[in-house]
Amino acid sequence: MTSATATAILPTTAPARTGFVAFVRRHPTVTIGGALLLAIVVASLAAPWLGTVDPVSINPSHRLRGMSDEHWFGTDRFGRDLYSRVLYGGRISLVVGLSVAGLATLIGLAIGLVSGYLRAVDAIVMRVMDGMMAIPAIMLAIALIALSKASVVIVIVAVTLPEVPRVVRLVRSIVLTIREQPYIEAATAIGTSVPRIMLRHLLPNALPPMIVQATYICASAVLIEAALSFLGAGTPPEIPSWGNIMAEARPYFQLKPWMVLLPGAFLAVTVLAINLVGDGLRDMLDPRLARRM
Amino acid sequence: MHVFLIRRLLAAVPVIVVVTVFVFALLHLAPGDPAAIIAGDLATAEDVAKIRAKLGLDQPLLIQFFAWVGQLLRGDLGNSIFSAHPVSELIGQRLEPTLSLTLMTLVISIVLAVPLGVIAAWRVGSWIDRGVMGFAVFGFSVPGFVIGYVLIWVFAIELDWLPVQGYTPLAKGFWPWLSNILLPSVTLALAYMALIARITRAAMLETLSQDYIRTAHAKGVATENVLMRHALRNAAVPIVTVIGIGVALLIGGVVVTESVFAIPGLGRLTVDAILRRDYPVIQGIILVFSGAYVIVNLAVDLLYTMLDPRIRY
Repeated sequence: MTSATATAILPTTAPARTGFVAFVRRHPTVTIGGALLLAIVVASLAAPWLGTVDPVSINPSHRLRGMSDEHWFGTDRFGRDLYSRVLYGGRISLVVGLSVAGLATLIGLAIGLVSGYLRAVDAIVMRVMDGMMAIPAIMLAIALIALSKASVVIVIVAVTLPEVPRVVRLVRSIVLTIREQPYIEAATAIGTSVPRIMLRHLLPNALPPMIVQATYICASAVLIEAALSFLGAGTPPEIPSWGNIMAEARPYFQLKPWMVLLPGAFLAVTVLAINLVGDGLRDMLDPRLARRM
Repeated sequence: MHVFLIRRLLAAVPVIVVVTVFVFALLHLAPGDPAAIIAGDLATAEDVAKIRAKLGLDQPLLIQFFAWVGQLLRGDLGNSIFSAHPVSELIGQRLEPTLSLTLMTLVISIVLAVPLGVIAAWRVGSWIDRGVMGFAVFGFSVPGFVIGYVLIWVFAIELDWLPVQGYTPLAKGFWPWLSNILLPSVTLALAYMALIARITRAAMLETLSQDYIRTAHAKGVATENVLMRHALRNAAVPIVTVIGIGVALLIGGVVVTESVFAIPGLGRLTVDAILRRDYPVIQGIILVFSGAYVIVNLAVDLLYTMLDPRIRY
């Protein structure tokens, strides 16, 4: 097992090539995922220059048109151009995905570091986390959104909260194994302060798995945002997002299935791309975990 | 065993406490006056005051909390704001479709995903393995409602084999029930299958590298017996664990899937309750779903001792 892995990692023939081609060959999943993701990011950021029109401009004389040169994806029931709406809709998914990944990781890191290192805090914090994990993520998000007016910020907060316990558990498990290491003991012995131990010794060790976890959270956040918007409890209808574009197209699904399937395909490809990048990063940063999965 | 049972049950208590506190706080943390929220937009100040007195909202928060918990323990989840029916009754009416959907999903997922994971681990590195792992990434990435619409499009609209939407109670016959529940169950099963297949493969890879597997092969035990009796039995604990954890995924999926397939279950009730801001119903559903999650995972923990006699508590 060990020798097989070693030979797999160490190139046996010819000195390793460097540069782009070598990277692509060694990490095909990251490359494919990264390329797809880049395409989606570029498409949604550069939407104004990609032949789109105003995604919210209503044109009653062009209602429910099929796919044509003028409207690539057809139009919706208000005559809005679906191609433009789908491209602009990607912005919401990306904003929510990135914000949630960032926020959940930061909050989870802070709580996990403290809870893993200070035993007194640990018991209480972990019980609260267990309780939060017992509430399914979508239910928790729905409950939070039901309390207030729908807005993108509320969606971000509501999707972040259920993700936090997962990060806390991961960080805590890492901290629990590291805190027993001799170098932590040594640091304590020479009088290093607790915050300094956390930032200088524990944090760097927790970082690689955290980056991997953050990409998975990003994928999950994009999914949950779309599901919430699809259910009518997410991004408000005046801002196009893939979930609410699909929700609005539902009544016409039997006659014009592409109105639902096209935004759905964009959503699926985005989540797939983020997950591929996550899998690839896991293999690169954390070979031990990669073998276990 | 009894000691373990009691200890495990006690460990579930803080989880349930956190959930109830959260669900209670849901209404009381809401910006604005809970009585005004319950009364709705059209209520007068007098209506609001009446509701406040009736629900005991003029009492201190702690007393309100314990009064509410007391009600819960008697099975009283309060009344819907919208229809004034008891929440427990509303939930009871919607139970059958949701149970049908989740149980069917569980059966499909386990029956298909465990063998897939076993074969992938047995033929690790082969095209079958790559296929299963590729499917796992795919199943985990494609949202349930997108899969649902693709399945409806192919099997209900283009091929016309199955009904597009709706639900037929089991009492009206097995086949009508099955034809309605099949597409939503497959939709819901995909993500769950991805999860189970992945863990099954990982756990099997771990056990297949053990010495006793080589011994079994060496003494001439048939391959399927080595895989099923020797390897799978020893790989069962992580698989059962992930099936338990995955129930949370399943519950989230139920809400979306029922909405796509117009199934009148708990998921639909949830969506209707949000759109109407029917807080007591939302609270009740969260309690029921979280309770189900806690009970399933409790059962999983108890299963450990049966699956693996080495585990003693």
